[in-house]
Amino acid sequence: MKQRGYLGNIIDTAKTVFDGMAVTFSHFVRRPFTVQYPDRMDVRVQDTLPFRYRGILEVDLEICTGCLACERACPIDCIIIDAKKDPQTKGMVLTRFDIDMAKCMYCGLCSEPCPTGSIHHTPEFEGADYSLESLIRRFVKDPVVAYKPKKAGEDDPEILEMLDRGLRYVEEFASPEGKKPGDEEEAA
Amino acid sequence: MQDFLDSLIQQGYFSGVPRDVVYAAGMIIAGAIVLLVFILNVAGGSTFIERRLWARIQSRVGPNRVGPQGVLQWLVDGIKLVMKEDIIPTLADRPLFMAAPYVVMMGFVATFVVLPFGSRLVIADMNVGLVYLTAVTGLVVIGILMAGWASNNKWSLIGGIRSAAQIVSYEIPSGLSVFPIVLLTGTLSLQGIIKAQGWAPWDWFLFANPFTFVAFFIFFTSALAEGNRTPFDLPEAESELVAGFVTEYSGVRYLIFFMAEWGNLYVIGAVSTTLFLGGWQIPHLSDNVVLTTVLEFVTFFVKAYFWVLVAMWVRATLPRVRVDQLMTVCWKYLVPISFVNMLGVAAWMLVFPTGNRVVSFLMFLLGVSIVTYFFRRVFFHLRRAHVREHGELRLSPLS
Repeated sequence: MKQRGYLGNIIDTAKTVFDGMAVTFSHFVRRPFTVQYPDRMDVRVQDTLPFRYRGILEVDLEICTGCLACERACPIDCIIIDAKKDPQTKGMVLTRFDIDMAKCMYCGLCSEPCPTGSIHHTPEFEGADYSLESLIRRFVKDPVVAYKPKKAGEDDPEILEMLDRGLRYVEEFASPEGKKPGDEEEAA
Repeated sequence: MQDFLDSLIQQGYFSGVPRDVVYAAGMIIAGAIVLLVFILNVAGGSTFIERRLWARIQSRVGPNRVGPQGVLQWLVDGIKLVMKEDIIPTLADRPLFMAAPYVVMMGFVATFVVLPFGSRLVIADMNVGLVYLTAVTGLVVIGILMAGWASNNKWSLIGGIRSAAQIVSYEIPSGLSVFPIVLLTGTLSLQGIIKAQGWAPWDWFLFANPFTFVAFFIFFTSALAEGNRTPFDLPEAESELVAGFVTEYSGVRYLIFFMAEWGNLYVIGAVSTTLFLGGWQIPHLSDNVVLTTVLEFVTFFVKAYFWVLVAMWVRATLPRVRVDQLMTVCWKYLVPISFVNMLGVAAWMLVFPTGNRVVSFLMFLLGVSIVTYFFRRVFFHLRRAHVREHGELRLSPLS
């Protein structure tokens, strides 16, 4: 910047202050950008998040096959599943399905190998609570029989809806060529 | 005030009570009313308005949760500060530390003795009003130095000394830019200065001649510096001095410092209005005393508060200056220019002993054209922002 004289300095000061004030005044009459989360919103933030958003984990027990793939995939062992074979019906019975959300790091590795998309992330992210204990999500209250895919195809509309959603979720993880992350390992 | 009490005494009220006691009681009651009803609310309300105003300038919303649109925020802040513990450091100079906020407060409240609110609404119309005003403002320096020294904290001390140097320096240009008005009116009484102006803008001293026009801006700048306001808030420079002389203060004493700061903002506006902007002058509308007084008060308050808003706006716009820049602005620019101004006004009065209406009107037109050009610039910036947000010129990913 070139050296200015005495009068030049004064004129510079007046001009820059004048224009600076004009800039700030133009901001004054504009709309503020602030989003007043959480109570003064047009829509909930959760509703605006994408389908693949990795929020708090959720399990649809109705379509859980009890394969334990998610428990094995979890790198920090925050999923604990107790499943045993019923000697009479030869089907799997789930007696415990706990996810410790305090430990969970939202990596999404559990939802990738799930065959039905039963375990999946929800867009819900508001997980604050008063104790660590209450962050453990216990999905099994009474022992339930695990889901078994029917040969003739699903006919129960409620479960069909869940399956559609779950498979769409699993499909989201597929690569552009239609391969799932698990497929590559099998080929190798 | 005195006339009012005299008429009450003549009508037989307070019989048997010495006249001086009635005056003293009247003064104390008037002072208490001014303090409680006016200063407290103006200072408190200003903090809220200032926060909302900055927020909008910075594209934020600001405090809007307490009460409708957050208007009760300042009350809640005040209550919180009153309820907090008043901590006094062990090594502090206890009596000085405790007294300092009250001295600062006194320096600012005492100005309300001469500040007029209307032709009849003034606590005391002294014939040395302007000298009194300058003298009483000097108390603030003592209070700030006391606070800085007594805290026994290096940040406080540096802040206090900076503030003292700054206020003492800037008292010179502010005093010198008041001088042209004294030359023009021949009185030091604030009411007398207002009475010498008219209600119309071209009768204001701001537009009386080119020299007073410059004097007004010098006065406003140095008043901002005296009130420790941005861009001259070096004594409280957070990035260097934590909080300057208020570092060690908490609770009520902290509150009093800030009440004085924001109240002082109104004093700046009120003095500028009195000296340059025609004060409470309104055209003659009715003979009703109460109605006229209310209108005068509203006129004065609106004019004074406009300059409070401008000070807030300046604070949101300009960055803080360096210490050497601060002193350069004062001693190399403001002081010489105000001397030239003084001589200029004296020469002007020799040429036009009763003023020149044509020049006043031309100055008024100049003022109007500056404001018009300003709004053209504002619309230019608004249009540019609009193009940036909605047109092809997409520069910022956030917009």
